Amino acid sequence: MATASTIDIPKELQSYQFIIASVEGAVGIIQLNRPDKLNAISIPLMTELVECLTWMDTHDDIRCIIVTGNERAFAAGADIEQMAASGPIDMLLLDQFAKWDQIRKMHKPIIAAVSGFALGGGCELAMTCDMIVASETAKFGQPEINLGVIPGAGGTQRLTRAVGKARAMEIILTGRMFSAQEALEWGLINKVTPVELYLHEAKKLAHDIASKPAVAARLAKESVLKAFDTTIEGGLDFERKAFYLLFASADKQEGMRAFLEKRKAEFQGR
Amino acid sequence: MAPKEFENLLYEVHDSGTLVITLNRPDKLNAFDDALSFELVDALKQAEKDKQVRCILLTGAGRGFCAGQDLQSRSIAQNDGESPHLGESIRNRYLPIIHKLRTLEKPIVCAINGVAAGAGASVAFACDYRLASEQASFIQAFIKVGLIPDSGACFLLPRLIGLGRAMDLMMTGRKVEAQEALEIGLVSELCAPEQLMERAMQVATQFSHGPTKAFGLLKRATNQAMNVDLETYLHYEADLQEVAGWTQDYQEGVSAFMEKRPPAFCGR
Repeated sequence: MATASTIDIPKELQSYQFIIASVEGAVGIIQLNRPDKLNAISIPLMTELVECLTWMDTHDDIRCIIVTGNERAFAAGADIEQMAASGPIDMLLLDQFAKWDQIRKMHKPIIAAVSGFALGGGCELAMTCDMIVASETAKFGQPEINLGVIPGAGGTQRLTRAVGKARAMEIILTGRMFSAQEALEWGLINKVTPVELYLHEAKKLAHDIASKPAVAARLAKESVLKAFDTTIEGGLDFERKAFYLLFASADKQEGMRAFLEKRKAEFQGR
Repeated sequence: MAPKEFENLLYEVHDSGTLVITLNRPDKLNAFDDALSFELVDALKQAEKDKQVRCILLTGAGRGFCAGQDLQSRSIAQNDGESPHLGESIRNRYLPIIHKLRTLEKPIVCAINGVAAGAGASVAFACDYRLASEQASFIQAFIKVGLIPDSGACFLLPRLIGLGRAMDLMMTGRKVEAQEALEIGLVSELCAPEQLMERAMQVATQFSHGPTKAFGLLKRATNQAMNVDLETYLHYEADLQEVAGWTQDYQEGVSAFMEKRPPAFCGR
C-alpha cells in the first residue's frame, strides 16, 4: 500500500457539477456523477473530467488514477438529444473529441472501475483508460450503429486492437452488448469481481501500482502505449532508450541496491 | 413505480416479508401460455427490486402445480407446412424465467401442490427449496412428443438427483409420484395436501427472517460452482465471503452467538 499522506483537494476541484474527485493515499479517484442520466458523457462532464485528470496527473503525490461511475452505470453513451439536432459542420466546429484526446496524453496509469452499463462513449472512455476492472454485472457495447452512426471517440480502433478484428466487427456492426466475462476472455479487461467489490479491487490494483517507482511507471506506460502507435522497430527503439534513461533515476539505484541487500526498497519517485 | 397488475398469477406480499406467487390458470393446470410466462418473469423482477420481499414462495392454484407448455398456445403451434421456432420461444419465454429463479438473490421456496410436468417441473427444479403435497407428481414429458427436456432440466436435474436417475426420468418420461420424489431427493419434504401451504409458509417465513444478503451470495456461489473449476471457484468464494463479512447480519450473527441468543437479521 502507498504511504503518501492524503492530499487535500483544492477548492476549485470540489465544486464540480458532474464529477466527484477524491484522493486516497497516492490514488486519485474520479467518479462520474450524472446518475439520473446513467452518467451520459456530456461536453461539460468531459471538460470537468479532463480538467481533474490533468490536475491529478501533474500532482506529484498522486501516482495512479481511478475513473469510475456507480453500480448501475459506468457511463451510458453520449447526449443523443444534443446530437440529434446537429449537422456535420456543427460537429466539426464543436470538435468535442479533442478533449478526449487529452486523456491519452496523461502520464499516470489510469484504471477504469466499471459496473453496469459502459455503452458507446462509456465503453470508449473505459478503453481510453489503461486498465479496466469490472463488476460481473458490467455490460459493454458500441450500439452507435442503431442510431445510424459509428463509434466516434476511438471505439473502432481501440476495441479492434484489444479484441481482434472478427470480434470488433461483430460488436460494432450488431451493436450488441457483451458481458464482463466475455470482455475478460477477450482480453479487453483485467479482472471481473462480484459487484460489491469492483471499486475495492480497482483500489487494490491502484495502490499496488502507486507504490512502484514513479518514473519507471511513467516510462513503462509510455512504452506500452508505443506498441499501438508505431512499428515494432520504432517501439523497441523507444523501449531501449527509456530503459537506459531509467539508469539515471535515484529509484533505480535504490531498487537494485535494496535487491542486492535483500531489503525492501524505499522509492522517492525520482 | 406502481406495482404491476397480474392477470394469470396472484402476487401477495405478506407482513413477514414472504411474497407468495400463485400460478393462476387452474382450468389449464397452470400451463404456461405466453402471458403467464411473461407475467412470471415480471413478477420475479418486481420481487427482486422490492426491498420488503425477503423470500419468495411459488405455488400453483387448483389441483396442479404447472403442466408446462400450453400446447394450444399460439407461439409454439405448428403452422401449415412451416417449421415451428421452439428455440425462439425458449429464448424469449423460458430462459428468462430459469435465469431469474437462479440469479434472484433471495430464497425461492417451491410448494408443489399437484402435477409438475415439462417446463413446470423444470421451474420447480430451478427453485432453491422444494416441498410437495403427497398428491404431487413430476413428469419429464418432453421425450414423449419428440423433444428434449427444456427450461434447464438437463442442466439442473442431474445435479439434483444424479445423472443416472435423471436419465431414467428424462428418457422414459415416466411419472414420479411424491413418495419417490422424496426418496431420490427431488423434494426436501412431503406434506398432507391440506397442510402444504401452512408448512410452506412456515419454511418461507423462516427464510424471510434470515440473512438475505448471505442467501443471495450463497446462490451466487452455488451457481458459480456449477460452472467453473475448483481453483477458480475458491478465489470467487474468497471474494464473496469478503462481501458477506461486510454485512450487518454477519455482525449480528456473531454477537447473537456470543450472547447465546437468536439473531435478529435485517437482511443487509
